[in-house]
Amino acid sequence: MKKPIIQFENFSFKYNSQMEPTLYDVNLTIYEGEKVVIVGPSGSGKSTLAHCINGLVPFSYKGEIKGSLKIKGEETQDLDIFTLSKWVGTVLQDPDGQFIGLTVGEDIAFALENEAVPQDEMKKEVAKAAKLVDMEEKISSSIHELSGGQKQRVSIAGVIVNEADILLFDEPLANLDPATGVQAMTIIDQVQKETNTTIIIVEHRLEDVLSQEVDRIIVIDEGRIVSDLDPNKLLASNVLETCHLREPLYVKALKYAGVKVTPDMLPANLANLKIEECRDKLLEWHNARAPLKQAKKEEPILELKNIYFGYDEDTTTIHDISFTIHKGEMVSIVGKNGAGKSTLSKIICGMERNQSGKILYKNEDITNETIAERSSKIGLVMQNPNHMISKHMIYDEVALGLVMRGLPEKEIRERVEATLKICGLYPFRNWPISALSFGQKKRVTIASILALEPEVLILDEPTAGQDLRHYTEIMEFLNELNQQGITILMITHDMHLMLEYTPRAIAIADGRVIADDSSVNILTNTEVVEKTNLKITSLFELAVKAGIKDPIDFVAAFIDVDKEERMTWRKNC
Amino acid sequence: MAKELLNYVDRKSPVHSLSGATKLILFILYSTAAMLTYDTRVLVGLFMLSIAAFIISKIKIQEVSFILIFILAFLLLNNIAIYLFSPQEGVKIYGTSHVLFDIVGRYNVTLEQLFYQFNVTLKYFAVIPAALLFIVTTHPSEFAASLNKIGVNYKIAYSVSLALRYIPDIQREFRTIAVAQQARGIDISRKEKLWKRVKNVASIIFPLIFSTLERIEVISNAMELRRFGKKKKRTWYSSKPFQRLDYIVILFGIIILIASLVITFYDGSRFYNPFI
Repeated sequence: MKKPIIQFENFSFKYNSQMEPTLYDVNLTIYEGEKVVIVGPSGSGKSTLAHCINGLVPFSYKGEIKGSLKIKGEETQDLDIFTLSKWVGTVLQDPDGQFIGLTVGEDIAFALENEAVPQDEMKKEVAKAAKLVDMEEKISSSIHELSGGQKQRVSIAGVIVNEADILLFDEPLANLDPATGVQAMTIIDQVQKETNTTIIIVEHRLEDVLSQEVDRIIVIDEGRIVSDLDPNKLLASNVLETCHLREPLYVKALKYAGVKVTPDMLPANLANLKIEECRDKLLEWHNARAPLKQAKKEEPILELKNIYFGYDEDTTTIHDISFTIHKGEMVSIVGKNGAGKSTLSKIICGMERNQSGKILYKNEDITNETIAERSSKIGLVMQNPNHMISKHMIYDEVALGLVMRGLPEKEIRERVEATLKICGLYPFRNWPISALSFGQKKRVTIASILALEPEVLILDEPTAGQDLRHYTEIMEFLNELNQQGITILMITHDMHLMLEYTPRAIAIADGRVIADDSSVNILTNTEVVEKTNLKITSLFELAVKAGIKDPIDFVAAFIDVDKEERMTWRKNC
Repeated sequence: MAKELLNYVDRKSPVHSLSGATKLILFILYSTAAMLTYDTRVLVGLFMLSIAAFIISKIKIQEVSFILIFILAFLLLNNIAIYLFSPQEGVKIYGTSHVLFDIVGRYNVTLEQLFYQFNVTLKYFAVIPAALLFIVTTHPSEFAASLNKIGVNYKIAYSVSLALRYIPDIQREFRTIAVAQQARGIDISRKEKLWKRVKNVASIIFPLIFSTLERIEVISNAMELRRFGKKKKRTWYSSKPFQRLDYIVILFGIIILIASLVITFYDGSRFYNPFI
């Protein structure tokens, strides 16, 4: 008989700062040694649920609790955060923000230091934990030298060092690229097998989470648990769709092909999927699709010719990059962290100066123009909207750049209002920015750049960490802008974004262009995918598994259908 | 990249191998001695000692040049101010007046004043290398541990070292925000008028404050979830245990302090007077 380790009974929670409860009447039992995934859209209460387990609620974030939550049989309200954190180790979402120590060893040791463990014993424990996550050789390295995946390992080691019974991961994949995400899941699995702990993962990138086996998936929406099933049963149901959560792409493809997905087909993992039962339908669907037509290209709007750049004289970070962007295109720029993507966007906007090479805008050389001069041609939207917003009111924020240029007030008003209308923000023009959601804030920052009337927009990770609803909101908005003639470049490692919205992608590795092709071709090319830390799309793998002769064509067909589906879905809304 | 102000410089030297706490104690003893005395002989002695320590540490002068120039400029300003506010200080202290030449009113140049200001400058020169040396040769991780070891509450010690650590991060963030705002025409370079520049800086400060607050929330949660503040005491992963050299150095520091006090006050005055 399995022993319960976490028990929610009729549990409700309301933050003191809010009117309505965030969690309603939660009943949930998690057993020792289980691996449970909690999914839900932003604002569904999934983070609050995690905070209840690790004790941040109610000890750091105060509020009103009804019902009971027992961990290891004890009522959490009667404990304190220190006791709870000894049982529940938490890995937070932001891999950079949570590091306290400067070196790997020091950070892993932090919990032991606070327990006043003697130094020689502490060193032994730290070495043991580092070995578990394969970081023993890096123990004296500085945290800043590590890659994203290695940072994740260090934070895992930092919580397993004190032998917690439960490990809680709060969106562990949010800032990782697809390949590193899969590695992180493997490490979590490995740690569980070796330490025999209970694992709880809060995440919305379901397809990546399912790369390893999990016992149960709990879906939470609007503060209530709406489903508590094993992965196969969940994927066979339509719960994910109704809660605006992303289904794995291969499951979506099966559904488009008219396959009735059942738990017995084992859809949770593509490798186990019983393909025999759906092969005929997939083939039939694929054969019915007409071959794709190639869109014809407009004239070039932005051309990079043999760009070289280095932060100091001896090293170059950008080597001989050339490409042409045509008017009205929507293009992804992909590559590992540190490959030179962000540097490249800074060069295009004039924030860094290329050492040699030329930048042409509408066939005109702009290499020697300043940031300000280029800003009316090319706009850059940063990843974190909080880095850009400096006014309280939406109208003022969007007007800021125009005011700075000293335009007459009447013209400013006209331009700002026109921009706000394009961005769907006109009704909110007199609202304070602090009242907006993350997606809306992003819209404001885009509007504030659009007011300067650039024809090319560069966005750095526009959808990082967003759930499906916000992702769709942002991307559909960009799509509309694109249809109105704005050319859009996006730096991203979101494979969904590449497939769904940008027909073309440019892959960069070590400061060089290694591929400039359709997104479909890039995501099905093993060599490019490896060099850019992406993953072969599961659609391609599904097609190969089903024995489809031209799997690349299958992926392209899926994207086409998906686009149509989205269009009709939007019309119905 | 802008030059970093003051950073730990990794090197193998006897100074580096000392425990951070030893260096801190030595620095306190040493600067107490330098603060209390105006005895030229003692100050010269202290100055020589700190130069010797600097050489032993293998730190190159270029590595601290930026901050050094800053301090020297400040020192010059200080000297000018001393002269402007009290041009007769030296005469008052040493009791004689050897006038070299007159400027105007009570502003003349005396040997006594020059000697007094020379002593003030010497004080700076005696302390600066020691202070720089403490910061540049103590690993930031050990910084908090050494503060804690000399009796500072560990929570305060940790806050100080966290604050120091985030300065480079915040500098980096400031640069990111500044560049993005420049693209919207918000210029903070010298091309803009001063008042407008001040206003423009404000539009960078606000986003910076908000993102810093976000950061503070994350880090304080992370610390609490790993039980920071649970016990009255904590241990330190990176503190270096005291070795024989540490005890010898501290003993040496105490001897220096006592010796310098004895020499200074032997004749009943803080000042060494060559004019009698």
